[in-house]
Amino acid sequence: MNKLTSQNPIVNTQELIIDGASCASCVGKIEIALKNIPGVDSAEMNFALRTVSVTGQVAADSLIKTIEAIGYNAKSANDTSDDELLDEKEIADQKYYTRLMQQMWVALGLGIPLMIYSIAGGPMTVDTTLERGVWLFIGLFCAAIMYFSGKHFYIGAWKSFINHTANMDTLIALGTGTAWIYSMVVVFFPMALPEMARHVYFEASAMIIGLINLGLALEVKARGRTSEAIKRLIGLQAKTARVVRELEDKKQAIDIAIEQVQLNDIVRVRPGEKIPVDGVVTQGHTSIDESMLTGEPMPVEKVEGDEVVAGTLNKSGSILFKATRVGKDTALAQIINMVKRAQNSKPPIGRLADIISAYFVPVIMITAIVSALVWLNFGPDPALAFAVVSATSVLIIACPCALGLATPMSVMVGVGKAAEAGVLIRNGEALQTASKITAMILDKTGTITEGSPKVTDVLIADKSFTEHYILTVASSIESGSEHPLAQAIVDSTIEKGIEPENVTDFHAIAGHGVEAIFNGHQLLFGNQKLMLKNGVSLNGFVEQAQQLAKDAKTPMYLAIDNKLAAIIAVSDPIKSDSIDAIKRLQANGIRIVMLTGDNRATANAVAKKVGINEVFAEVLPEDKANKVAKLQAQGEIVGMTGDGINDAPALALANVGFAIGTGTDVAIESADITLMRGSLHGLADAIAVSKATLRNIKQNLFGAFIYNVAGVPFAAGLLYPVFGLMLNPVIAGAAMAFSSLTVVSNANRLRLFKPQ
Amino acid sequence: MMMINILGLALIALIVWWFWLYKPAQAVDSSIENITIVVNDGVYQPSRIKIAAGKKTTLQFLRKDGSSCAATVLFPDIEVSEELPLEVNKSVVLPPMSSGEYSFHCPMKMYIGTLIVE
Repeated sequence: MNKLTSQNPIVNTQELIIDGASCASCVGKIEIALKNIPGVDSAEMNFALRTVSVTGQVAADSLIKTIEAIGYNAKSANDTSDDELLDEKEIADQKYYTRLMQQMWVALGLGIPLMIYSIAGGPMTVDTTLERGVWLFIGLFCAAIMYFSGKHFYIGAWKSFINHTANMDTLIALGTGTAWIYSMVVVFFPMALPEMARHVYFEASAMIIGLINLGLALEVKARGRTSEAIKRLIGLQAKTARVVRELEDKKQAIDIAIEQVQLNDIVRVRPGEKIPVDGVVTQGHTSIDESMLTGEPMPVEKVEGDEVVAGTLNKSGSILFKATRVGKDTALAQIINMVKRAQNSKPPIGRLADIISAYFVPVIMITAIVSALVWLNFGPDPALAFAVVSATSVLIIACPCALGLATPMSVMVGVGKAAEAGVLIRNGEALQTASKITAMILDKTGTITEGSPKVTDVLIADKSFTEHYILTVASSIESGSEHPLAQAIVDSTIEKGIEPENVTDFHAIAGHGVEAIFNGHQLLFGNQKLMLKNGVSLNGFVEQAQQLAKDAKTPMYLAIDNKLAAIIAVSDPIKSDSIDAIKRLQANGIRIVMLTGDNRATANAVAKKVGINEVFAEVLPEDKANKVAKLQAQGEIVGMTGDGINDAPALALANVGFAIGTGTDVAIESADITLMRGSLHGLADAIAVSKATLRNIKQNLFGAFIYNVAGVPFAAGLLYPVFGLMLNPVIAGAAMAFSSLTVVSNANRLRLFKPQ
Repeated sequence: MMMINILGLALIALIVWWFWLYKPAQAVDSSIENITIVVNDGVYQPSRIKIAAGKKTTLQFLRKDGSSCAATVLFPDIEVSEELPLEVNKSVVLPPMSSGEYSFHCPMKMYIGTLIVE
């Protein structure tokens, strides 16, 4: 027996699905084989479910291999891949479609000839014994066809009824049932009815069933297209991975199914292959196309230590990387999960339709009864026939589905469309609110700018110090700080070959800077406020600092032993497309406000460059949320865009929080919308998609409301007294079948939407 | 005619009572019975399910209806939505919930069920 253990034991209970175990004796064989694996504490098989539950410190692939070695197939119970699910769904949808089409043809096979006969002027009345015989035969034939083609409606209606609920099936069953029963009454007891009312409606029952099946079939096809975006995301997942494992005491690269890749496995990827799981490059360098996830068209260079993400495409080099997230934990799996969840969530605009649809069907049933009673009491002869026609038409034309579908279909397409552009929308509410944003706060660093500042100028104030010494001191004190500007100084000095040294008594003073002791000297490093607070004289250097700020650079003062030693200026380049994207947002009538902890002069200079007129400068991290609240108090619907690191409270407080430039790390919980690429165009895209989706939902809801509000009274015969118009139940059936199809098709139009 | 009118009104009263006023029967307790919610013919069976408050719960669904609407079950209050594969048992994991009644349904609300969290 092949007993393999993995280098990466996992302590837990695992459930496996066993394939090929056909006899009860297999149970013992499988259990014993599993218990023989070192690390397995217990193995119990449930023969009825064909599952085995294993506890112990052992990896799933060892279990699977052991089971395969004794002649069965196994897979982890929880990892039916999205891909498989999708395939299964497509097969199921196709089957359902084929069945509906068959049922449709059978029903129309009777309905259409009868309909033509009736339109051509053939008598549909029952007066002679021969007519009774013929219609009885047709009626029974019709019943058989209604059973074959429409039993799902009747069974559904009955089951809902006994559960005290009513749905579309109820209306169809009642409508077609009424027409058929009335026709049979005409056949059996023609004498009991006035002569003019001896009319049969078998063609209506058959046609309605046929048309509604056709509508449902076309809807299945149209719905398939609404989930294209998620299919594309799922399709990004590689099916196999080439991992380097120790087999028979030597390292070998083997191809394994993606589900069997484990944490810390070393994975090899060659040019042109997809990255199978998330990881960190351990060897080699390459460029990777991440556009499918982030929408960012330029390939990204990756060297040792860089992260790679599942689903992206390796372009140029061959690399080895260590798996850091596998299975359902990869960024791609999380994105798929989030998109799926958001696609099925409802924006508040859909709630009214929900409330209405909850009462809809019983209200229609009551309307049908009232309509029939009005015809019976006040209608012209044959009042009974009019009553039956109106009740049937009311029941058939009313379409709760169009109402129910209006919102979810558009959300499904809109959220998917956004995901294609690298915009992840958390839920329907965020989607709706994003379309209504009136003011947008943009964090400066990392949002408008690259977020990777560089040292641009060193002005020595005390000529007894050299630039080398100043930079050594600056990098030493900043190496303890977590501020992005501090990192810039440390990185820049390291580039110049200067290594930071140790400092003591380090203190960060929020909104001011840092202080520490370096080789016995007292250091202060920060903004003007820090200097003034400590009584450091800035004699004449303020103007120079202001000049730097006007050039959109951030000046920082360094004082040694309370005496100004130098000004170091750091500049964070503006992202190349920030100006265009901000223009796009402003063109939408959105008030743009820049927010930064930076000094006012630098902030103003950056704002001016990108065309922003309003600036909140020198804002302490904890005050960012207050600025959001301030705009909200002015009646604005506020969007806040930041990198999600130190602005989480502001993102959470804003009506919609956008986390930008987080690459493929979707673990940002405080954001309503995650922009996978760093460009502010993603923000403009997000707002454009949300506006288009909301517009589409409104069209759908309007269409569905108008359809029902206009259709039901028409069917009830409200136009008859004035225009002499009465709706044929067959037309009602066709209208109903195509009303929900129209909603789905309108939602599908969103697929063609292009954000730019 | 009088009789027909009375019959019609009685039918309306019956509809109002049956669909709106009727208080549903006892819910099935998921902690006592191991239940599978069958999704077929327009209804969840059982459709009223009792679960324990403050605890993670797993519900088993089995969809037998091919219609595309039945293919998704939504728990809107807790933002859970799951695809239900045809003819395959599917576990839906629900986070701990506080006491109350929560509805679950298909996207068009043609299938409706209630969770009673106690």
